[in-house]
Amino acid sequence: MAVQTSPPAAAAGSQKAPVVKRTDNWWGGTLFFFIVFSAFGAWATFRAFQNGFYETAGASQFGGAYYLSPLYSPTLRLSTKIAGFNISPALFILPFPLCFRLSCYYYRKMLYRAYGADPLGCAIAEPEPLASMRRKKYKGEKYFPLVVQNFHRYAFFAAAIFIIMLWKDTIESFFFKSGDSMHFGMGLGSIVFLTNVVLLSCYTFSCHSWRHFVGGNADCYSCSVLNQTKHGLWKKVSFINEKHGTFAMASLISVALTDVYVFLVTSGHFHDIRFF
Amino acid sequence: MASKTITLRVFRGDDKGGELVEYKVETFENMVVLDAIHKIQAEQDSSLACRWNCKAAKCGSCSAEIDGKPALMCKTQVHDCAGDSITVTPLRTFPLVKDLVTDVSWNYRMAAKIPPLTPTKETAGKPFNMQQIDVDRVQEFRKCIECFLCQNVCHILRDHERTDAFFGPRQMVRIASLEMHPMDSLNRREQLKGEAGVGFCNITKCCTEVCPESIHITDNAIIPLKERVVDDYYDPVRKGLIAIGLIKKRNKAPLSSVPNDLTKIIS
Repeated sequence: MAVQTSPPAAAAGSQKAPVVKRTDNWWGGTLFFFIVFSAFGAWATFRAFQNGFYETAGASQFGGAYYLSPLYSPTLRLSTKIAGFNISPALFILPFPLCFRLSCYYYRKMLYRAYGADPLGCAIAEPEPLASMRRKKYKGEKYFPLVVQNFHRYAFFAAAIFIIMLWKDTIESFFFKSGDSMHFGMGLGSIVFLTNVVLLSCYTFSCHSWRHFVGGNADCYSCSVLNQTKHGLWKKVSFINEKHGTFAMASLISVALTDVYVFLVTSGHFHDIRFF
Repeated sequence: MASKTITLRVFRGDDKGGELVEYKVETFENMVVLDAIHKIQAEQDSSLACRWNCKAAKCGSCSAEIDGKPALMCKTQVHDCAGDSITVTPLRTFPLVKDLVTDVSWNYRMAAKIPPLTPTKETAGKPFNMQQIDVDRVQEFRKCIECFLCQNVCHILRDHERTDAFFGPRQMVRIASLEMHPMDSLNRREQLKGEAGVGFCNITKCCTEVCPESIHITDNAIIPLKERVVDDYYDPVRKGLIAIGLIKKRNKAPLSSVPNDLTKIIS
């Protein structure tokens, strides 16, 4: 393919066009993410170390409800101690969903923007001295440390296992203990749990790595029956993948709110509303 | 909408330097920024240089930065811009030629490095019916009008100046259309990981944000390409499954099999 081109760019001078500040609201989304993610990080850290107020376990003072905070799911009965301190089971659980979120393609975009200013926004010059330090030295995700983001697919499979366990918790939240028997019912907590697990499932299964795994990796969809099936799956995942970012934020907020709900109920600040 | 007078601040200068010059322009209904530039050329200063062709958002010539945001001048309504003043500057990533004209030839040189569609010897020259399910995915990439707004806004090229290491979003779209083509027989992942530098992209999605053709550059081209590179280079489980024969290795020709004259640039 012979291509006729104009003289090399190097022949031109080095003067660049001036920087003009964008006048539209380019910072709103990034600021929103920064506030929500930072608040979630602070709350989740506090709760992870608190090691309490995370399950109702069918106790009579909670109306026999089985509510388990998503930060402490699945239930781990551990008695690990370091220097006399009980180690919270959440510390063994949270690294998995955390890795999934930190290596998620949507979160990568927002984290680089909100916490790395790389870039702050589209066509927004990076602040000094970062801009000078990084110019011509940028390595992106090609080299260590950010090359580890390529392991996102493993984080996805770990997160998918947690989704199964969270569905189990959600089903349990629809059953209540009265005396020695269990009965089907619905509390406000059940709705909170169901909303949370639906949003988490949508977020997890709209993942780009999953989309690649189920069908994106094929070159020729029409070449075999297997690849035709892959095409069908790829199209379905692509449909929800378009809203991956929305599900990412909605599920982050729903996880926090579900945990807050369990915290309020178990600490006695709020009585679960029972519909039947 | 009633006409009004607005102030257009337009960059005037070349690669040795320049400044923003103010022009007063009378607007009319549905006026786009390119109309305003043309009005300046016709009524006030015929030496103002800008590149344009179709004025229908299909040729990709009139790319510029309007109030700091990369956009096509022919697709930006004057009335949509905030206030009574609009600033128009050339693409910042590329070397200045004159006023709003920049030298975008670097993009063509990178495009020339990408080998064209290469069918296998057995299929080359024979009729091939492309099925709709194979068209579905790559059709979107054909919408590209090569306005290079994505190349301009990409911070790797714009701020970090890594034109030596990353081909840019436009070329990723081009590689994706070939890599995902059922007839192509080349192992393009080698180039993607190497000189094309897909690993440099950190998913800022600015390319998608500015694309006038609404191509989902990041979601549908760059991320799938990244995942394909991961398949071949960063997935030890997959490598293990190939080693024990549970997964078949892709049978693609190496990049070195491409004749040199296919990627040669005539300058």
